[in-house]
Amino acid sequence: MFMLGPVGFVTPVLLWALVALPVLWLLLRAVPPAPIRRRFPGVALLLGLQDEDNETDRTPWWLLLLRMVAIAAAIIAFAGPILNPRERGPGTGPLLVVLDGGWADARDWGRRIERAGALVEEAGRDGRAVAVLRLTDAPEAVVFQAADAWAGRLAAMEPQAWLPGDLAAWAAVLPDEGFDTFWLSDGLDRAGRGDLFAALDRAGDVTVFQSPRPVLALHPAGFADGAVQIAASRLPVAGPLEVEVVARGPDPAGIERELARVTLAFAAGDARGEVALALPPELRNRITRFEIVGQRSAGAVSLTDDSLKRRKVALIGGRADNAEGLQLLSPTHYLRQALEPVADLIDGSLTDVLLANPDVIVLADVPALTQEEQDAVLGWLDGGGLLLRFAGPLLAASDVSRLSEDPLMPVRLREGGRTVGGAMSWGEPKTLAPFAEGSPFHGLPVPDEVQVTAQVLAQPDPELAARTIAALEDGTPLVTRKEVGQGQVVLVHVTANAEWSTLPLSGLFVQMLERLAVSTRPALPGAEDLAGQVWVPEVLLDAYGAAREAGEMAGVEGAALAAGMTGGPGPALPPGLYAGADRRVALNAVGAETVLEAASWPAGTPVEGLDVAQEQLLKGWVLSVALAALMIDILAALWLSGRLSGLRRGVAVLAVAVLALGGAAPEVRAQSEAGAADPAEEALALEATTAVVLGHVLTGDARVDEVAEAGLRGLGERLWERTSIEPEAPIGVDIERDELAFFPFLYWPVTAGQTLPSANAYRKLNDYLRTGGMILFDTRDSDVARAGGSTPEAQHLQRIAAGLNIPPLEQVPLDHVLTRTFYLLQDFPGRFGGAPVWVEAAPPDAEQVEGMPFRNLNDGVTPVVIGGNDWAAAWAVDAMGVPMFPVGRGFAGERQREMANRFGINLIMHVLTGNYKSDQVHVPALLERLGQ
Amino acid sequence: MTEATDLSGGDLRPRAETLGQSLPPLLAEAEMLASTIMLGEHGRRRAGQGDEFWQYRPTHAGDSARMIDWRRSARSDATFVREREWQAAQSVTLWVDPAKSMAFSGAKGRAEKGDRARLLAMALAVLLLRGGERVGLAGGGVPPRPGRGQLLRLLMALEASGEADYGTPDATGIASHGRAVFLSDFMGDLAGVEAALGRASDRGARGVLLQVLDPAEEDFPFDGRTIFESMGGTLRHETLRAGDLRGRYLARLAERKDRLASLARAVGWHYHCHHTGDAAQPALLWLYRALEGGR
Repeated sequence: MFMLGPVGFVTPVLLWALVALPVLWLLLRAVPPAPIRRRFPGVALLLGLQDEDNETDRTPWWLLLLRMVAIAAAIIAFAGPILNPRERGPGTGPLLVVLDGGWADARDWGRRIERAGALVEEAGRDGRAVAVLRLTDAPEAVVFQAADAWAGRLAAMEPQAWLPGDLAAWAAVLPDEGFDTFWLSDGLDRAGRGDLFAALDRAGDVTVFQSPRPVLALHPAGFADGAVQIAASRLPVAGPLEVEVVARGPDPAGIERELARVTLAFAAGDARGEVALALPPELRNRITRFEIVGQRSAGAVSLTDDSLKRRKVALIGGRADNAEGLQLLSPTHYLRQALEPVADLIDGSLTDVLLANPDVIVLADVPALTQEEQDAVLGWLDGGGLLLRFAGPLLAASDVSRLSEDPLMPVRLREGGRTVGGAMSWGEPKTLAPFAEGSPFHGLPVPDEVQVTAQVLAQPDPELAARTIAALEDGTPLVTRKEVGQGQVVLVHVTANAEWSTLPLSGLFVQMLERLAVSTRPALPGAEDLAGQVWVPEVLLDAYGAAREAGEMAGVEGAALAAGMTGGPGPALPPGLYAGADRRVALNAVGAETVLEAASWPAGTPVEGLDVAQEQLLKGWVLSVALAALMIDILAALWLSGRLSGLRRGVAVLAVAVLALGGAAPEVRAQSEAGAADPAEEALALEATTAVVLGHVLTGDARVDEVAEAGLRGLGERLWERTSIEPEAPIGVDIERDELAFFPFLYWPVTAGQTLPSANAYRKLNDYLRTGGMILFDTRDSDVARAGGSTPEAQHLQRIAAGLNIPPLEQVPLDHVLTRTFYLLQDFPGRFGGAPVWVEAAPPDAEQVEGMPFRNLNDGVTPVVIGGNDWAAAWAVDAMGVPMFPVGRGFAGERQREMANRFGINLIMHVLTGNYKSDQVHVPALLERLGQ
Repeated sequence: MTEATDLSGGDLRPRAETLGQSLPPLLAEAEMLASTIMLGEHGRRRAGQGDEFWQYRPTHAGDSARMIDWRRSARSDATFVREREWQAAQSVTLWVDPAKSMAFSGAKGRAEKGDRARLLAMALAVLLLRGGERVGLAGGGVPPRPGRGQLLRLLMALEASGEADYGTPDATGIASHGRAVFLSDFMGDLAGVEAALGRASDRGARGVLLQVLDPAEEDFPFDGRTIFESMGGTLRHETLRAGDLRGRYLARLAERKDRLASLARAVGWHYHCHHTGDAAQPALLWLYRALEGGR
């Protein structure tokens, strides 16, 4: 082959045509471009003008040069130039083909096998003996065989899902005779590679093939900062690279789908890229594997195990949760502290959280549920939910599970509970008994500092012993459990805060929650966690990253698995998902800390694949140059003959068209606002929220509704006159349909014929009461009976209130804040007087401090006021502002009406200002502290 | 009115009338020269001979009793004379270059120079005839006459085209102390223009020179090796790099315009250059104002 420097020519004879170029020069030079004829009247003005430059009647030299270059390039191109032509001589002696055969080869395994096949075939033609090694196999003696013996075996060879182990072992089993080696390397460095190379090099020539395609490895996903942390490594380290990582898992129908997709970016020069993927827990718990899109290798797949899963726990506290109590007194505070780092907490009403299908629902001191809620919870329990209940004052005071066992309580409860170790009791605070065998808590150490001072007591029933899973040292059940369907109900007989016991303060509390599977262990398993168990593979990965059932494969020892977790998988421990007694562990092809290192070959080793001096056909390039030169020649000739102006216009039009196309950005269509609210609802919302509006519950009895409306109107006028509360006209509220949240205060006249609220309405009313609303129930019957008596209205009120979350009540005490929010009042008459009025009971620990006129009573607003004094009738005024109904007789009657109005004003003040007047008790102390 | 510029084909007369309709009647301010004075329909805003009532004035000494308007005088004690407005008519002679050079158009869709010149001439004729003036063509073929019937004669005379490459203005037939309008590209020999102007001004005629040029003649957008030929083919110039000639060509064109302007100024005429790429109406307005006397 004729060589010119690094360029060789296939048909060098054609180069002789270059001799003809000077002839062409002379020919081209003689022919000037043809003129254009133009009709132009202005020629009269041109007559006599001479051209400044007379040389252009010949072709200019640079155009000649251009044409010469074009033709020369064409001649050279057809002569078939080749850069770095390689001349191979046939080898002699046996040939050893070495394949790495790990997952890093899987990306282009077909190409490698093809290459190896070609080598084997060529060796067969040359009559050389061949051996093929796969380094992922266990080392065995190398035997050279005839090439055709290998052809079939080579095609069936598959890569393995792990990387080769120590290569020094292979160096020991190489045959002594001399042979040449062709090493199809995956480009990764590993232990003993240098030794093996040295051994091969001693035996004969070594050629290395290395793919230029990058190796991508996906590290196991972790969970931190509320998001899934995904990391990947690459080799070689080059410029910026972006890869797509998808999370796959079963959808609710059990079909494997892509659940999320995130772009992981490698910065230029970085070997490792990381990205955080924030997912809803529902989705995150479904993920079974992450994989890099477009990479068919086990290294680009990362299986997930329990460490990524977090349980969804719904926390629902009693109503004290919403009061202005201290954080530490909140029933859910300790639960929240214990669970927040290890579980996903869901807040909301019970019906709302059930939609989220939590794993665990914690009810902290929630006594009764509505029938609807109870049915929903039972359905959820049948599906395997865990209902964890804590006792508390509300539960102790309620009738729940008193006479018959509540379906949502594991045991019946005795009335009142018990208090030990208090000032008025004999005993000492009780400590825990060691957990019995069979209890889920068995084995947990019982710390001494856990003491129980109060608890609810279980009725001794036949199955009580079986249901007790933790007890006090005197044998009293502390934690009881009942199976419901596939789920279970667990009752802790003390509060979830430190009020009744010190259990929530101890580490035992967290451990117990963990044992109850409320929380899960977050971290990667350590060697000691794995040791001592047999781990059975469930899912195994092949080298291409495809998962398959493990089938009959035997389990592995925990110690071996622990070694694999640090050292990577191997032949005896393929990557996959291994199940132990209570958890599953993923063993991935790439560990969390695996670093990809490039293999470096000794200088002088021929490395294919990465070699820049590769044989390269230049014919196409040179022909392109010739074509480009001819194109330029066309433009130049046009320009010289003055015909370019039209072309220029065409180019301008083209450019404008391209710009216009580029500028025409895809139109963004304004999305129509969907789901506009019902206009009537909107009108009500506007009307009720532009100012303070008092509401009365529509009873269905027109006369009663009219009086209630007139009463609230009269009360509103009194408020306008006397206070800074300026309510608008009252609104009748249909509790079935209307939104209650707009009204701070509802007046509910009770009639005997009123229909009971629906379950939905009860839910709304309970929400309303829990979120700070107040309802004034008026039975309007105190002229004939005491409230709570046996009038039809009173009985109907009991039926209505059965579905409401009403706290314990008491008659308004003399120092209740209602007696002094605006006027100082002693009694609360309406159209009738003298009947007691009931409000939420003060906490039992309220005590009167010496020197203070009032007890330091509970914070917040009583959710209900119940009485029968027919206040609305006393407040009612007609359109002229004249009272509609007579009250009492003479002056005493007017006095009573005035008192009724004052009660109304106090009540609305109490609704709107809460405990403000109660806090006034502290004014003397505050003034004293300020030094006045 | 821009449509008028685009109506290159079709009938010339309707187009000209369309263009002329939008202007008020042109009232040429004729100069007082007895020989050309004829009673026409032009009010001179002063008392004189005419048909239209001008004013009543008290009788002066010397007014004949015949002149007294008795109907008006009977209504008062004094006697009044009825005066009529002085009216005069003007002769306007048009010359539109019929040479082949006027058939040039620099781009497809653009009117030829000759088309534009004839359109302007006819529009002007419509205006003048409507105003009562007498309009004719130079060369004596169509002597100046009033009335709309003259338009047809003008039109037929304008349709004829000449055989020469470049036109020379014809000063024959210009009425003494009348007005003259020369429409041409003035690309030919300026000596002819000079002679015609001399003869016209000798007769006391005044007028305008309107040079109609194609934008290509203003821009000279040519390059490369080119042979330029006149429209008739009598003149020929070859250049190897037309782009190099541009500067010198433009200089010569500007020089020619200057020359025309100074010629016009010297004899009290007006000169204006109009491009066929522009709308026709500004040129007509200019003609109207120039014939009015540059008020």
